[in-house]
Amino acid sequence: MGLLTKKDAGLILDPLADNNPITIQVLGICSALAITAELKASIVMAVSVMFVLAMGNVVISLMRNIIPSKIRIIVQLVVVATLVIIVDQVLKAFAYELSKTLSVFVGLIITNCIIMGRFEAFALANGPYKSFLDGIGNSLGYGIILVIIGFFRELLGSGTLLGFKVLGDPIEKTGLYSIGYENNGFMIIPPAALIVVGIIIWVQRSRNPSLIEEN
Amino acid sequence: MSLKNNLHNLKEKYKGKKMAPAFNAVHTFLYAPNETTQSGSHVRGADDLKRTMNTVIMALIPVLLFSMFNAGYQHFGAINGFPQEFSLVSDFLTWDNFWIGIIKVLPLVAVSYGVGLLVEFIFAVIKGHEVEEGYLVTGMLVPLIVPIDLPLWMLAVAVVFGVVIGKEVFGGTGMNILNPALTIRAFLFFAYPTWMSGDKVWVHDAVELAGGPDAISGETILGTLAQNGDMTYSISDMFFGFIPGSVGETSTFLIILGGLFLVFTKIASWRIMLSAIIGALVMGFIFNGVTDAGWITETSKFYSLMSFESWKHLIVGGLAFGIVYMATDPVTGSQTNKGKWYYGFFIGFISVMIRVFNPAYPEGVFLAILLMNVFAPTIDHYVIQGNIKKRMKRLKNATIIEVDSSKSENLKAETV
Repeated sequence: MGLLTKKDAGLILDPLADNNPITIQVLGICSALAITAELKASIVMAVSVMFVLAMGNVVISLMRNIIPSKIRIIVQLVVVATLVIIVDQVLKAFAYELSKTLSVFVGLIITNCIIMGRFEAFALANGPYKSFLDGIGNSLGYGIILVIIGFFRELLGSGTLLGFKVLGDPIEKTGLYSIGYENNGFMIIPPAALIVVGIIIWVQRSRNPSLIEEN
Repeated sequence: MSLKNNLHNLKEKYKGKKMAPAFNAVHTFLYAPNETTQSGSHVRGADDLKRTMNTVIMALIPVLLFSMFNAGYQHFGAINGFPQEFSLVSDFLTWDNFWIGIIKVLPLVAVSYGVGLLVEFIFAVIKGHEVEEGYLVTGMLVPLIVPIDLPLWMLAVAVVFGVVIGKEVFGGTGMNILNPALTIRAFLFFAYPTWMSGDKVWVHDAVELAGGPDAISGETILGTLAQNGDMTYSISDMFFGFIPGSVGETSTFLIILGGLFLVFTKIASWRIMLSAIIGALVMGFIFNGVTDAGWITETSKFYSLMSFESWKHLIVGGLAFGIVYMATDPVTGSQTNKGKWYYGFFIGFISVMIRVFNPAYPEGVFLAILLMNVFAPTIDHYVIQGNIKKRMKRLKNATIIEVDSSKSENLKAETV
């Protein structure tokens, strides 16, 4: 990679697979279960978290030398809250329907463990550029899992992808539905996301046995 | 060259290869293996896993046969009207009835076994262990606890889900937390609710004919009661099973026979069965008491189910089937004798509670058993801790007599 040094590239690529925030560190599960019934919501959530995490990492990193360590959690919270409110207002202004679907979960980005985790673990100890890359990498790792879950849940649960009826119309009985196929109601409810996450974790660890935890 | 020798040769040929477990499974399923100890006999027991499973299947065969006749009986009865003077031979055990069973029930059995065993074989080959017999019973239970008109592909999807997520991810037969057959039913229930509940799915063709001039009802007794409807079936109908319902759950009489068979062959635990019956009766008595005291009036939507006599809960719906064949699953149930009493009691208790309070799930047995499956290890844990405490106390209070050291060997052999 000409653009990034090898170490910097690792900051982005590691969280995508071998150090994935959801499947390896098991953080941010709550939102992964709640908003992944539709692919569109998953993507918007992933982009929102990417904005908050990348910006937040940079801001915290810039301030890392002046934040008194006793009150650093509060400072971090203020930074996240500010960024989340910006995201929330933008969504309300430009994608009102979607912000309805995401409802409280945009606000709950504040409590997403990935964000505080990266502030604590990375931004407080590294420069702004590296922190930015780390934020992008981790939110990509989070987003890719969200998109995979959202893809399967929307496809199997509603027969659509991003709202398009890819499997035919269930009421008109076209496409797959004409031969008796029916949507799987189980995929719409949040427990299905837990099972999909579990399957992703299973596949990932069986492809790379070094990830299996000792217990 | 006999088939047995052929299979043995195949086994030898594929020894150490990836496909070996698949051939071994076929061989040991049909015959005793050739590699037996030649001299110095050890413990000889006929009751290995396969025999245990086969005993349960034997206990299920009468239920299966009955359900095949009942499938036709309910179908033709709903269309032509049920006979006034019921005669077992001329009205029930007819070829027409049995034919409906053959074309509707046998495909369910075939798909359940075919898909389930395929998954088991694939996992055995991938993981390189022998094919386990765990699916033999599950495969027979599954067709008996689903509605008769369930599309076969849905059953296939659910079986794959149940065997993989319910059993294989935990390590295969004997390691599962949840009963695989009930996992399959729960998956179907939440994935395809229109095919698993309502008043149309329990009788063959009721869905097809719905809305037309020949529409027939396929409502179960519990479904009728949940809507405060009038129930038209007699007690003997309910007990012998001439009622609509999931394929094999209707005949309490044959289920009791199967249950007795399992108890006398010591396959299933009588403690679980008895305590589950007690649990259901206790919950039923509480509800009956509430309605008798007049706290719930007839306008309440729970009235019909709450005033339904407690013992009748045992002979309608899937409670009997669940208690005898599902709750007694030795893998997912409690292991300690004392734990079995608690485990069974709560299955009966919660089943009736779900029945009455949740009209969306007129049949709560499978949910109750799954819930108690999850709690079974916890129950066992507290039973064992309680036992340890009791014995510690006994040890503290005991006066210890010095034993002469030559006998200390004997003491060690005894269990404490």
